[in-house]
Amino acid sequence: MANRFFVSPAPHAHSDYSTSRLMGDVVIALLPALVVSVRVFGWSVLAVTAVSIASCVLLEFLVQKYLVKGPVTVNNLSAVVTGLLLAMNLPANIPLWIVVIGAIVAIGVAKMPFGGLGKNIFNPALAARVFLLIAYPVQMTSFPTPSVEGFTDAYSGATMLGAAKGHLVDFASFDVAGMFTGAIGGSFGEVSALALLLGFAYLLMRRVITWHIPVAVLGTMAVFATIFAGIRFEDPSMHLLFPLFHLLAGGAMLGAIFMATDYVTSPMTTKGMVIYGIGIGAITMCIRLWGAYPEGMSFAILIMNSVVPLINKYVKPKRFGAVK
Amino acid sequence: MKTFPIGGVHPSDNKQWSKGSAIEIMELPDVVNIPLAQHIGAPATAIVKKGDKVVVGQLIAEATGFMSANIHAPISGTVTAVDLQPNGQGLRQMMITIKREDDIWDEAIDRSETLVSECNLEPKAIIEKIKAAGIVGMGGATFPTHVKLSIPEGKKAEILIINGVECEPYLTSDYRTMLERGEQLIVGTRILMRAIGVTNAVIGVEANKPDAVAHLQKIVGTATDIKVQMLKTQYPQGGEKQLIAAVTGRQVPAPPALPIDVGAVVCNASTAVAVYEAVQKNKPLIERVVTVTGAAVAQPKNLLTRFGTPVEALIAKCGGLAEGDVKVINGGPMMGRALSNIAMPVMKGCSGITIMVGQMAKRGVESPCIKCAKCVEACPMGLEPYLLSKQARKKAWDAMEANDITSCIECGCCQFTCPANIPLLDFVRLGKQTVMGIIRARNMKK
Repeated sequence: MANRFFVSPAPHAHSDYSTSRLMGDVVIALLPALVVSVRVFGWSVLAVTAVSIASCVLLEFLVQKYLVKGPVTVNNLSAVVTGLLLAMNLPANIPLWIVVIGAIVAIGVAKMPFGGLGKNIFNPALAARVFLLIAYPVQMTSFPTPSVEGFTDAYSGATMLGAAKGHLVDFASFDVAGMFTGAIGGSFGEVSALALLLGFAYLLMRRVITWHIPVAVLGTMAVFATIFAGIRFEDPSMHLLFPLFHLLAGGAMLGAIFMATDYVTSPMTTKGMVIYGIGIGAITMCIRLWGAYPEGMSFAILIMNSVVPLINKYVKPKRFGAVK
Repeated sequence: MKTFPIGGVHPSDNKQWSKGSAIEIMELPDVVNIPLAQHIGAPATAIVKKGDKVVVGQLIAEATGFMSANIHAPISGTVTAVDLQPNGQGLRQMMITIKREDDIWDEAIDRSETLVSECNLEPKAIIEKIKAAGIVGMGGATFPTHVKLSIPEGKKAEILIINGVECEPYLTSDYRTMLERGEQLIVGTRILMRAIGVTNAVIGVEANKPDAVAHLQKIVGTATDIKVQMLKTQYPQGGEKQLIAAVTGRQVPAPPALPIDVGAVVCNASTAVAVYEAVQKNKPLIERVVTVTGAAVAQPKNLLTRFGTPVEALIAKCGGLAEGDVKVINGGPMMGRALSNIAMPVMKGCSGITIMVGQMAKRGVESPCIKCAKCVEACPMGLEPYLLSKQARKKAWDAMEANDITSCIECGCCQFTCPANIPLLDFVRLGKQTVMGIIRARNMKK
């Protein structure tokens, strides 16, 4: 008989999930934010993105082919996601050579030395961003002022959070609509909360991530900010505006939805995810309110990344039939 | 809609190919091989020898001890051998070979179609008849039914659950049985209730079989002792512990606890029909409905097949195997066993033959774990498959025991969902068997 019989233990069926599909879905989920960024900051956004993705993929390819001399797995798209996320954490007008250095740190320091995909402790894109923030503070914090016409003028404006830190902002008058749609300054991926939420909805729909981490991060920030506002401000309108400001400003949305949910560097159980998310939210707010930096999302995620192995060790899922 | 509390996956059910085919009677084979081990527990002991003449329904192998089951001749003819023969995996195992002569049945068996609803036997007598008929769980686990019905001292059954879930993709044998043998199923259910002394039973059926739910409900009518419960279509809804939790809300604790510890006894729908036939018609378990299906099967069918019929005969009846790469599975794609020898005889636990071709016959290429946590999310027992498989690779048996490996029901949800195609269950199964061995050895020492 002209048959080859295949034999293996069960199961003999497989879901549609694959690493490349999941990574591809993350890229798709980031597209609305990318489109808004191009609209707000102009074509330089695409240049930064292209350089970042190309450097990450090329570097991973070179390391796998010539250093590790193992299989080349760039087609699983994980380096594309790293490159895209790194780019979205940078100002739109950053010199391209700095982007390349960021890619080297992300892939060459934070990812491959730990053993490549699945083995790294820290989120590669964030590790790179924080490195750049410390190494090139001027270039990393000169954000172009957004222009809804699609042009970017040379003036480097402060971000909303930066302004709030310097008490320049009259909280009562800040532009909620602008923060939603993208008419604010900042790293280019974080400008539109609406676009990022759209991406979140897509990720949930495709079952790429669960709601636990983003909701825990943003919920904790909201609670934290509400309590703070309740103590600090007498004007009751601030009690709502202040938390809203913190959820929409800076990297809150980008961090909670796309950075904190990085599979490799986040916990394995839903209980663990909630603990991790609460930690990120609380640390972010502490840094924002009392730290030296206006924004604390990156640091908070990296700090909680380092706690993930501990969370995985001690936080177990609820076993079926466990005696209460 | 009711469902089990943790985990689960949603594979495409692929029942469309065979669900519309009414049960057909498979032609009688000329020669059958009857394995002595068709059930969980000790293999039966052959009581016939070469040259003996047998009739359909005659006892040919006796249960060896309590945890075992009788085996009866599925065809009439002459015993030509009691010897080692290759099984589905190509391993040699004791089988009784019978060459068919005509189709002569044991006279005690009532072969009429008349429905006999009345049963006034004592529980003990019912269980005795079920034991004599060699009935085992027909959903695939092949646990001897009389053992299940013998409630241990100090325990009390409160509810009977009939498993008509058939959550395994592709298979439709229980579905067709519920549709075409519904009356017998309901009588069988009442007999089982009587045997274990309960006054209520629930028949659990997945929501992808609404016509089966409606049909059974119509037969039950206004009677309140049996409830037909529609359950969410979600794998593994038909897992014994999952079904009990979905129906009663009670969770069976980790092994060695049994369903009876939460007052439940679960029997498969086809088993209930077999119980009806055994108790009311004196018919031992000699045949069953086998679904033959798959995307490349020309005519998928549900075949009422005598045990011992070679699987290849069923496949030939359904249009034969397509050329090229194939995987022939005894059972469904989630928990079935791949066959290397399709001359394997159909046995008591064989609910279907699923055929995968081309790429579907092969496994995906394994890549690194990305810690996506989908296996943890999918595990219906609340375990951590990624961790257990890693520990099994490192032979960290103590750690696996501490992480409750013995609770694993081997449903395959973890491996099904894994985007990196990691053979999680291979390692988890290996670890589970090793740890169970270690536990047994430890208990022996005590």
